[in-house]
Amino acid sequence: MTTMTMVKALNAGLRRVLEDQPKSLVMGEDVGRLGGVFRVTDGLQKDFGADRIIDTPLAESGIIGTAIGLAMRGYRPICEIQFDGFVYPAFDQLVSQLAKIPNRSGGRVRLPVVVRIPYGGGIGAIEHHSESPEAYFAHTAGLKVVTCSNPADAYWMIQQAAAGDDPVIFFEPKRRYQAKGEVATDAPERDLFASRVVREGTTATLIAYGPTVDVAANAAAAAAEEGLDLEVVDLRALSPIDWEPLFASVRKTGRAVVVHEAPGNVGIGAEVAARLTEECFYSLEAPVARVTGYDVPYPASRLEDDYLPNLDRVLDAVDRSLEY
Amino acid sequence: MGDQQRPARKTAKNRPKPASTNEPEFVQLLTPEGRRVNHPDYDLTLTDEEYRGLYRDLVVTRELDAQGTALQRQGQLGLWPSLLGQEAAQVGSGRALRPQDTVFPAYRELGVQWCRDIDLISSFALFRGTDLGGRDVAADRFNMYAIVIASQTLHAAGYAMGVAMDGAVGGDDGEAVVVYHGDGATSEGDFNEALVWAGVFNAPLVLFCQNNQYAISETNARQFRLPPYRRAEGFGVPGVLVDGNDVLATYAVTSAALDRARRGEGPSLVEAYTYRMQPHTTSDDATRYRDEAELDFWRAKDPIVRYRKWLTAEGLADEAYFAGVDTEAGELVRELRARVMALTDPEVTEMFDNVYAQTPPCIAAQRAEALDFQASLDEAAIEGSELR
Repeated sequence: MTTMTMVKALNAGLRRVLEDQPKSLVMGEDVGRLGGVFRVTDGLQKDFGADRIIDTPLAESGIIGTAIGLAMRGYRPICEIQFDGFVYPAFDQLVSQLAKIPNRSGGRVRLPVVVRIPYGGGIGAIEHHSESPEAYFAHTAGLKVVTCSNPADAYWMIQQAAAGDDPVIFFEPKRRYQAKGEVATDAPERDLFASRVVREGTTATLIAYGPTVDVAANAAAAAAEEGLDLEVVDLRALSPIDWEPLFASVRKTGRAVVVHEAPGNVGIGAEVAARLTEECFYSLEAPVARVTGYDVPYPASRLEDDYLPNLDRVLDAVDRSLEY
Repeated sequence: MGDQQRPARKTAKNRPKPASTNEPEFVQLLTPEGRRVNHPDYDLTLTDEEYRGLYRDLVVTRELDAQGTALQRQGQLGLWPSLLGQEAAQVGSGRALRPQDTVFPAYRELGVQWCRDIDLISSFALFRGTDLGGRDVAADRFNMYAIVIASQTLHAAGYAMGVAMDGAVGGDDGEAVVVYHGDGATSEGDFNEALVWAGVFNAPLVLFCQNNQYAISETNARQFRLPPYRRAEGFGVPGVLVDGNDVLATYAVTSAALDRARRGEGPSLVEAYTYRMQPHTTSDDATRYRDEAELDFWRAKDPIVRYRKWLTAEGLADEAYFAGVDTEAGELVRELRARVMALTDPEVTEMFDNVYAQTPPCIAAQRAEALDFQASLDEAAIEGSELR
């Protein structure tokens, strides 16, 4: 066991990928000499060379489009999009090309491309640096969409993403980048693109992912002081979602609250609520509640504490569920 | 810019708008009248057999393409994007390729596909709607058609970067990559990003622009003020304008560009100045935006007529040869037609396959659901027939 930040865990995970898989590449804006604006790729160019840790021109569509071509040539690119709000110029290459080419080809072309995207708010950033665009990609078949909530998952999930043959959109919660956690670097391999019960409980199920797993866990800890026994589930995979652990949890507790930073409208929480209603209807004691960002553009940073789901809003939703 | 003088350079005259009836200064080795002319930078010498082969390629390409239009008209294809008029651009560049080279097509490159000796059926299956145009691209070194304009230029640039990273360039045996696109594509961001990438990474890429004068209804005047071959130079990528209706010139110019790429000297752009004689696709009505006079102007520049004149004048081929090619093309068309008609609808389950490397449970469940639903319809149909 080693204690490290999520940034260090991602760096260590990428390092292992680069050591084990000679065809893997890291490419993006400032990932080489600078080590990335968040330092996730710090030192990699020094150790693996500028041919494998590639500083690219400043054009997101170009990053994804050329990564597709490199993958067609047998390479395994791991791309970095510098910030969530900068991914949109690459939208066609992600949803119409990367996601669909393997399917169009009848499975003859595989595109093992990982796209890392630091996402979410809570760091006091200027606009376009705090967004949560995961639903756009989860809506597109052919992409795997995952997100890590702690350093151990970050370390192993980036390796799993790089080892597979599918395109993976890998969302990294930037406000958790510097949070430390224990990482067992010799842990056995297992499927991490799967829902995980973070905390067991019986009163209600909090369903979260990425940056809101910590929010939900803190809410559950606070609720425990009031005698409420909340279960917390980390989705980790946003598409395809690993449903069974969710269904099992909600059948046990009868109540569910979904928590995410992205706007609620047509978000991941909406899909979760719909599926829970379809699959756990007779177990539900109350409608599935959602605690999300509001359906407005991400606000100026001085307002983000009011926009983002927090402990109080989560507990308020739990109270409403219990009082239903 | 004051007294800063740009060095004098020879460039084509500005294109007239609308679609041109003036000829720009381009590389030409065979005039529309079938007269062989010399160019200071480009020449081509082939064997007699190869010269005759180009004629066969041109005619077969035209006939197979015409069959695409016919099949669409007969309801056998959903859509067909004809290449009529662009045969020389495709055959000249296609025959310039070597076996180790890789092609990224747009969606009108039947002639290039023919020259690569690849089964053409996948392109017809795409437009018939029986599959999505999938093919063994690694074996063919010819990628799937790209429908989103210019998207393939970045794939080609990335692939070419990989070729260079593999050390597969340098010397005459190196690999080159060619990407086909049109004049409309030059307005897309992806095309310009591809030029940036290919340039800064010195990728062995040839961007082959078939400037057929139209992006559906819009002429060059709506796509650029400076023609693509000159814009390339702004990216540090050499550009050359070639008569796209001259099979010898497109062959010579593309060969030079490919050789430059395979030697590791980097990317270049070839702009083949040609004309789309048919509407954009079978769904388009070109009479709304161009007239017969313009078509007549370009008919006089037909790539096959001029080449046949030259072959005849040189004594390289005679009427018997031409008749033989026509017969062979007819047989190929009949064979293709039969195969297209035999393409049957896929099983409903096929849409669920190959979304991911391993089918996840949620898609497997939907696949089962679709099958169950279909079975229930079949049962209902049986019950219904029993009632009657």
